[in-house]
This record gives sequence, C-alpha cells and structure tokens, in this order.
Amino acid sequence: MGESIGLSIRSHCVGTTAVIYASDYLNKLTGERIERECKDRLNSGCRALVIDFSDTQLVNSIGISILMGIIDIAEKSDARVVFADVNNQTMQLFEMLGLTRHVVLAKNEQEALTTLTGFSVQTKAISH
Amino acid sequence: MDSTSQKLVHSFGALADLGQEIANPNEFHEMVRTSLHLLLGTLAIRRGAVAQCIEGRDETECLAVWGLGEAFQSRLTVDETERNAFLTSGLSRLSIEERNPHFAAFLDRHHDDLQSQGIELVIPMVVRGELTGLVLLGGKASGEAFTADDLEVIRAMVRHVGVGIHTHQLFDKVEQRAEENRRLYEELRAIYRDTVRAFAAAIDIKDKYTQGHSERVGKYSEIIARELGWKDEEVEGIAIAGYLHDIGKLVVERDIINAPYKIDAKQSNELNRHPAAGFEILAPIQHPYADIPLTAKYHHERVDGRGYPDGLSGEQIPLCARIVTLADSFDAMTTDRPYKTRRIFSEVVEDFRLNTGKQFDCQVVLALCRALLKEMDGSGSDRRMTKMLGKNYLNSERDTPLLNELIAELDHSQQTAAAGSA
Repeated sequence: MGESIGLSIRSHCVGTTAVIYASDYLNKLTGERIERECKDRLNSGCRALVIDFSDTQLVNSIGISILMGIIDIAEKSDARVVFADVNNQTMQLFEMLGLTRHVVLAKNEQEALTTLTGFSVQTKAISH
Repeated sequence: MDSTSQKLVHSFGALADLGQEIANPNEFHEMVRTSLHLLLGTLAIRRGAVAQCIEGRDETECLAVWGLGEAFQSRLTVDETERNAFLTSGLSRLSIEERNPHFAAFLDRHHDDLQSQGIELVIPMVVRGELTGLVLLGGKASGEAFTADDLEVIRAMVRHVGVGIHTHQLFDKVEQRAEENRRLYEELRAIYRDTVRAFAAAIDIKDKYTQGHSERVGKYSEIIARELGWKDEEVEGIAIAGYLHDIGKLVVERDIINAPYKIDAKQSNELNRHPAAGFEILAPIQHPYADIPLTAKYHHERVDGRGYPDGLSGEQIPLCARIVTLADSFDAMTTDRPYKTRRIFSEVVEDFRLNTGKQFDCQVVLALCRALLKEMDGSGSDRRMTKMLGKNYLNSERDTPLLNELIAELDHSQQTAAAGSA
C-alpha cells in the first residue's frame, strides 16, 4: 500500500483500488491534479477509484466538469468510481446535477472499499 | 437551501468565475478551455466544444474540446446565409423534431457527425452583430432534457465566452497591424538610409579627390558615438549627419572644390559657404533624427571659437557637430589628396595632441582613440576603421603606445580642468 503526496494530492492503493483524497476546495487547479492522479492510477493497473471528499467543503463548476471527465475516463477503462464521505451541501449539488447517477456513493473510505470488494466478488461470481 | 436556490448559486458562481477567466490575460487557448469547463460544469454537461470562425473563410476551427472522440470533425462549415441566420436565431437543438429552422441547412450537413458525438445543442456566439463562433454541447449528466432556465444560463455563458474570443481576435488584429506598421517603418528607414547614402555619393562625386569621404565620415562618426555610449537610434542619426555634412558643397562651384592649387580668399569664402548652405538644404526636411541640419552647419566650428560660420565655442557647438568635425578631419588626414599624401599615424596622433581643446573636443578625441585601441587589440566588435584606413596603415605594436600616451595626457588634462572648475 504505497502513499504519495505528489502536488498536494494524497492517494494510496488498496489492491487494485486507488483512493484519492480531494482537497478542501475542488476547483481548476486541484481538480486537474486529481484528474492526473486518477489517470496515472488507472494507467498503472487500478480497476477502481475511490475519491474521498472528507476534506472537501466546496466544489465549483470546473470541479464538476473535471469529476465528469474522471467518470468518463473510468468508464472507458471499465473501472468503477466511488465518491466517499461527501458532505451534505456537495451531495445536494451532485444530486441536483445528476452526477450521482454515474457513481457509487459511500459514507466513508472503509465503506467504499467494502462496497468495491462486494462488486469484485459479484463480478468474479458472475464471470465464473 | 432548496434545489432551485442551490442551482442559482452554482450558476452565479460559474458566471463569476467565467468573467474572471475571460478578463485574465493568460494564454488564449487555456482561457477557452477553462471557459468550456465552466460551461459544462454549471449544468453537468458531459461533452462539448468551442469553435471560432476563421476570418475570410466559411469554416470554424475548434479551440477547445471536452469529452468528444478523436474522430470529431474539428472544422464545421458555415456559409454566408447561415451566418446571417445565426445572428438572429439564438440556439438550436440537434434533434430533427426540435431543430430551429434557421439552422436546417447547417444541421443537415453536420447532423450525423454531431449526433455520433452526442452533441445535442448548437449555440452561435454572436458579438457586436458578428458570428464569432459556435458552442456545441452534449446532454446533461442527469439524462434530463435542458429546461428553459438551463438554456438561459447557457446563452448567458456563451455570450461571455464569445466576448472573450472576440476580444482576443481584436487584440490579434491590432497586433498584426502594429507588426505591419513596424515593418513599414523599418522599410521607410531603410529607404531613407539608402537615399542619404546616394546623396553622400553624389556629394563626393562632385569632389573628384575625396571620393567616399562622406560615407567614411558617417562611419567614423558612428564609431565615435558608439564609443561615447550613445543609443542605437542616436548612433544611426550621427551616421546620417556624417553622410550629409558636406551637402552644402553641391552649391559650390566644382572648379573651386576641385582646384589643384591653393585657392584665393574669394574662392575660400565661396567654399566656406558650404556649411550654411548645407543647413539651408537640410533644415526644411523632416529628418527622423535630431540635429542633422545643425551638424552640417557647425562641422567647421572649433571648440576655441575660431571656426565658422558662427564662431561658436565649446559646448555651444552641438556634440554631434563636434563628433563630425573630428571624423571629417581624421578622414582628411588619413586619405591622399591631390596636393598632399596622407599623414602617417604618429603625425595624426600629434595633430590630435596639438589641436584637442582648440579645434577638437577632448571627450570626442578620447572616444576615437579608445575605439582605435579596441580595434588594434581585437577587443572591439569589428575592425571597420582598419578596413577604411587600409590594412597596413595601423601597426598595433607601434601605435598602441602612442594612443595610450595621448589618452593618459587627455585624461589628465580633463581631470585637471574639472578640478579647476570645481
């Protein structure tokens, strides 16, 4: 489980799941860093992304656009995206804009990882 | 906060960010890309593009693309009729049932391409009655149709983006014009320089014994001015003044100028008219450099006040005239004349020693001496004087001590004079 803090974005891997921590304000600068981190993690073999919003107070329009881009990229890589620990205000925004239709929501990082393990078991069971 | 209020706050925030982005003088393509992000993020639209009209062509080019495949056709054609239709018709949905009739021809042509990329809306950017470009938008992440409120927000944001692009295009045009003007100005300066050199040649042709004199005086003056630390433009000006210093000779009888004997007093008076005549010729002309007419007028003045035509002394004589005076005399001493061969360099140095403070200005003589030293020790940027003087005229080993000695003397006398006046 290696943790990196490149360009202020914290992230680590749990198996083939990358956990990426969004900053307190998700705007162009921080959004692009998260996007780059997600791309790097997917390129290095991760099959799921957990974006942890526990520190995030505010997401602006560019942040929304970048998150949609991350969802697109993940879909193209057959990877799942889980948003974890989203505060009420941001959750309302995500719901209002329809982002919640494209991601799984989890109370926290642990729940996100458990959810993804469930998916993984299900997927394996189906594939068998 | 209810969802309507939240939506409004989110949209206002995006508009404020967009305004800031457009006012930002950063790189243009980055501005457009960020603006597209803001537009998409406001309503969670999954894909889109911003294209600008190419001036003079019925085509657009994409400035920013988000979420569209690589196969997306980056150039869309918009003919004159469609342009005019777009100016007054807001936006159009792509779907055939809901399309704006003004967009019919455009959408017929591009429908399949746009539909395959998931584009749902086409919005023209119209600024000051001109079609600046088009914004293409896909569907919302929610999967819901665009509401009337959504379309209002989109129109407002697209207007902002259009203004940003239009402003950039205007800046581009202004920059192009400025560049054209700079080029024209350079061409005019080159024409002016060539004309002046042609005049200098004409002046020298009249005097069969001093061919190339005016051009050499121009070059020596330029070298002295550069040594004195003048700016490039001023150096160019003094070169021109040097080329034209003898233009007044055009009105002097050729026989007097070319007399192979010592001329009499009357003829001498006639010849001495040439500085004032030069001023009269040059004064009515608007020169791009200052003091050219005055240099012609005063290049036979002496710092001790015994020159002509006005008997000015010291700093009453413009510095450019003091420079040309020395350049003129230096060339006269170092070129063969019908009545005498040129002086050897040690005699020239001796002449400088005797006449500095009388005929010549001390700082100008020092500048010429230092420039000569630089050519001899190779520390100068070129060896133009050596070329003009002929390769065997200067001898570094022999002449360097002479120049160093003179420089030391003149420096000392300058310091003494400065201490005396303090």
